[in-house]
Amino acid sequence: MNKMIQESRFRSSFRRRAVQAAAFWFFRLAALVNGLALCGIVYFVVKNGWRAISWTFLTQPPADSMTQGGILPCIIGTLALAIGAILVALPIGVASAIYLNEYARPGKLLRVIRLGISNLAGVPSVVFGLFGLAFFVVILKMGTSILAGSLTLAAMSLPVIIGATEEALKSVPDTYREASLGLGATKWQTVYRVVLPAALPGILTGTILSISRAAGETAPIMFTGAVFFSPQLPNSIFDEVMALPYHIYVLATAGTEIEKTRHLQYGTAIVLITLVLGMNLIAILYRSKLRRNR
Amino acid sequence: MEKDTLKMTVEHLDFFYGNSQALQDISLDFAPNQVTALIGPSGCGKSTFLRCLNRMNDLIPISRVKGVVTLDGMNIYDPSVDVVWLRRRIGMVFQKPNPFPKTIFENVAYGMRVNGIKDKQLIAERVEQSLTRAAIWNEVKDRLNDSALGLSGGQQQRLCIARALAVEPDVLLMDEPASALDPIATQKIEDLIHELKRNYTIIIVTHNMQQAARVSDITAFFYMGKLIETGITDRIFTRPGKKQTEDYITGRFG
Repeated sequence: MNKMIQESRFRSSFRRRAVQAAAFWFFRLAALVNGLALCGIVYFVVKNGWRAISWTFLTQPPADSMTQGGILPCIIGTLALAIGAILVALPIGVASAIYLNEYARPGKLLRVIRLGISNLAGVPSVVFGLFGLAFFVVILKMGTSILAGSLTLAAMSLPVIIGATEEALKSVPDTYREASLGLGATKWQTVYRVVLPAALPGILTGTILSISRAAGETAPIMFTGAVFFSPQLPNSIFDEVMALPYHIYVLATAGTEIEKTRHLQYGTAIVLITLVLGMNLIAILYRSKLRRNR
Repeated sequence: MEKDTLKMTVEHLDFFYGNSQALQDISLDFAPNQVTALIGPSGCGKSTFLRCLNRMNDLIPISRVKGVVTLDGMNIYDPSVDVVWLRRRIGMVFQKPNPFPKTIFENVAYGMRVNGIKDKQLIAERVEQSLTRAAIWNEVKDRLNDSALGLSGGQQQRLCIARALAVEPDVLLMDEPASALDPIATQKIEDLIHELKRNYTIIIVTHNMQQAARVSDITAFFYMGKLIETGITDRIFTRPGKKQTEDYITGRFG
């Protein structure tokens, strides 16, 4: 009798371990697919475009119907749009998150605002582009310009920045707020002197991640600020610019000599991916450094 | 004692969280430079009561207060009272030490800065004075610019006491200040309370009856939101008047 019980225990233990091993292998494969996808894209782009990368490519404007020369105006244009977007989205996003998390009283109005923000996050980027065209370019008469493009990208980045800021604010323990108020500080002093400094790392990484995403978008800037070709570098925020993601689109579809410019298209993609992945990497490394310090 | 010579009084205090009543008809006096211990089982309302004394419960939107609490004869719940000013006069130390993620110096200076003091000399002097009064100056005087989070639990709590003292309150509210600390650190805090009572009026919530007996002059026993009995500590622990008090003290519940 004892021997039978022992044997059945042994069998079920083996079965359980087998099921666990199968599950873990499934998880490993899933992660592997993830990594392979990224490597595949990077490999494909680099294989087709590495020939285009050169000092000339990075520092000269395009020439000869885009078959020669470089993409300097695109790099400058993308940077200008991204910086413009941060300058607008960061203050508005952080202020909104502070209001929502620290000041707003629970109730119907708060729920409506939150619903609005999360819906905004789901709006397709091309719809943002149309909105930017109708509102910033036409109604506010900004014309296609860095200003209109940046504002459109800012609108797109707002929900992500608000979300990341709120998460950072929520992670500041309430006990700090209580200690501050107990010492005779006002709510604003508490936010300004204790909560915000403690939340700043999370806010910064969230901002970098959202802006790096916005920098790589084509649809929002297509109608609002980016152009096919611009003979000179921009002088003011009311100028139009060339931009990296739009340039890829242009070279792939509408250029006059598509075959000749194929490698330039991939070269541009390399620059764009380097820029975006680079910014993401900085944000992620900074965030993990801060987590280790806490 | 005359009302004017009492530091704080509480008269028929009722407290509600939304619809549920957490405190019923509490009346209690606090004489200056005495230590009063509030004891009772978990959930009896002693921490809630403590937080009524510096209006920290105002932070809870659904809370309501009825009754009168006076400081130096003035009702602190009067609409004309500036809560920010009140919380300077009545300091609070919390159960789990909560120094800000700043330097040791900046932690103690914080209260002064938010109250508008800009004189660097004055701030430096008071920081040293507060850290000395909290019996921690010698341990931190060479590392004032280090992060406060690098201190041990007991040191952090003494830092929090220093931080509270720096705004020169009259009354110190302490919510189980030693419950998160080891016995040696607890001893230091208790010795500190003995020292501090010469200059401050102290009200301390504790679930540790031995601590209440060691540290306080007056003890008040709370149970289910009501104040059951209050009196001189020695008498409460040796000849309690009410049966509930006796049951709690002898460990029959709680």
